[in-house]
Amino acid sequence: MRGVNRFVWIRLAVWLACLAPLLWLAWGLARDRLGANPIEVFTRSTGEWALRLLLVTLAVTPLRRLTGWRWPQRLRRLLGLYAFFYATVHLASYLWLDQFFAWAEIGRDILKRPFITAGMSAWLLLLPLALTSTRGMMRRLGGRWKRLHRLVHVAAALAVLHFFWLVKLDVRPPLVYALLLGLLLLARVRWRPVAVGRQHDS
Amino acid sequence: MGRQRFSPEVLASEITPPEVWRERRRVIQTGVAALAAAALPGPAGAGHGGRRLAFRPAPAAFRTDEPPTPFKHVAGYNNFYEFGTDKYSPAERAAGLRTEPWSVTVEGECEKPGAYTLEDILRPHPLEERIYRLRCVEGWSMVIPWVGFPLAGLLKRFAPTSRAKYVEFTTLYDPEQMPGQRRRVLDWPYVEGLRMDEAMHPLTLLAVGLYGEVLPNQNGAPLRLVVPWKYGFKSIKSIVRIRFTERQPLTSWMKASPREYGFYANVNPTVDHPRWSQARERRIGEFFKRKTLMFNGYAEQVAHLYRGMDLRRYF
Repeated sequence: MRGVNRFVWIRLAVWLACLAPLLWLAWGLARDRLGANPIEVFTRSTGEWALRLLLVTLAVTPLRRLTGWRWPQRLRRLLGLYAFFYATVHLASYLWLDQFFAWAEIGRDILKRPFITAGMSAWLLLLPLALTSTRGMMRRLGGRWKRLHRLVHVAAALAVLHFFWLVKLDVRPPLVYALLLGLLLLARVRWRPVAVGRQHDS
Repeated sequence: MGRQRFSPEVLASEITPPEVWRERRRVIQTGVAALAAAALPGPAGAGHGGRRLAFRPAPAAFRTDEPPTPFKHVAGYNNFYEFGTDKYSPAERAAGLRTEPWSVTVEGECEKPGAYTLEDILRPHPLEERIYRLRCVEGWSMVIPWVGFPLAGLLKRFAPTSRAKYVEFTTLYDPEQMPGQRRRVLDWPYVEGLRMDEAMHPLTLLAVGLYGEVLPNQNGAPLRLVVPWKYGFKSIKSIVRIRFTERQPLTSWMKASPREYGFYANVNPTVDHPRWSQARERRIGEFFKRKTLMFNGYAEQVAHLYRGMDLRRYF
C-alpha cells in the first residue's frame, strides 16, 4: 500500500512538472515577459519541450536496463503523451498564429519546406501512437503494438532534423539534441543482444 | 596613409588637435538640448538615457505613419552576431564597445581616399529623423525612427571615379570588444555592399541615432547603414571602412551560404528563402503575422532600380 501511495505522488509530481513549461509560457504571454517576439518564443519553446519530453520518454528503457529500476516504466505513457501534447500545441501555434489557417499556403509550406515536411511528418507519426496509448488498444493490438510504437524513434529523428533545418546559422542547439538522441538510440542497439542472450528481457 | 580632411576651405595639412575635435564631437553628439526640443515632437518624445541629437524631421515621403516599435524592443532585440547569435546578447554585451574615437577608412575607386574621423564624416550633414520599416530575413519586422543623413551626400564628397560600380562596407573587427567574433559563425569582419545606384538612392541612410538619441551600441553605433527596402542584414553596423569597387563585393552572408543569401537581398514576398517563406512577417508587438510588401513597401521609390532584372536569380 505504501509503495502504491508513494507512486501516486511521483506520478502527480511528474504530471505537474510536465505541465509547468506551458504554465510558465502562458504566464509569460499574459504578463508580457517573453521579450520582443513572444509568439516566436511560444512556438519555439513548445517545440523544444516536445523534443525534450520525447527524449525523456526514450530514456526510460535504457534507464531501466542500466539501473534495474522498474518505476520509470510506469511513467512512460504519461511522458509520451505530454510530448505529443507539446508537439500539438507547437503545431497549432504554427497553424493559427503563424499562418492563420491559410490552408493552401500551409499545404504548400509542408510540401516545399523540408523543415516543415520533417516537423509535420514527426507529428503525424506520433498521432497513431497517442491514439493507441490506452490499455485497451495495447491489449487489442498485442504484438503489433510494440512494432507500431517503434515509430517513436523515427518521429524523434524527424523532430531533430526539423530543428536542424530551421536554424539560420548557429547549429549548436539542434546538435545537442541530435547527440542525445544518438546516444539513446545507441543504448538500445547495445542492449538488445544482451537481452537476447538471456533468453528473455525481464 | 595620410590623414585627410574634408572641408575645401581648410588646408589638407591642417590637423585638428584632439582637444578641439573632442569638444566638437561633444557638441555634435550631445546636440543642443534647445535645438532638440525645438525639433518637431515625433516619437522621439521621452528620453531613453542616450545623448540627445539635434535633428529635423525628414519630408513626409521618408516617414511612415505606422506606429514605431517601442524603444525597448528596438534596442533590446537585435541581430548583431559580433555580440553573439542570440537576439538579447547584443544589448547585454555591447556596452564595452568604444565608439570614440572612431574613424572610417575610405578606399578604392575614388579621388579622396583616406582615414576620416567620425567628426569629418558627420560635420557637413544636417541630421534628420526618418521613420522606416525594417524587415528581417527571419520573418519579423519593426518600425524605427532613425536619425541620420542620406548616404549619397557623403559618398559624393569622396568623389568616386567612373570605375566605382559598387560600394563595400566593413564592420569593426575587434574580438576584445566584440566577443561574438571569437567564434567563427561568420567569416569576420562583417562585409556588406550596395550597387552604386542603390547607395546613391535618397532612401539610403547613414544612421547615427534612433528615437532622437545617439545610437545604442547594440544598434550599430556610432555609424550604420539603413537600407529600408532590403532585408535587415544589408544594413551593416559599426562601419569602419567604405571601399568603392568595380566588382560586386562578396558579402559575409553570401560567403556563409551562397544558396540562401544573395547580393541584392531585396525584401520580396514572392521569392522565398530556400528554407522558409518570405510571404509573411510578424511585426514586433503584433499577435498575427501580416503580409510582407514588395520591396518592404518602398516599391514606388525603388522598383525602377531593378527593371528588367530577374529577381528570382538576383535574390
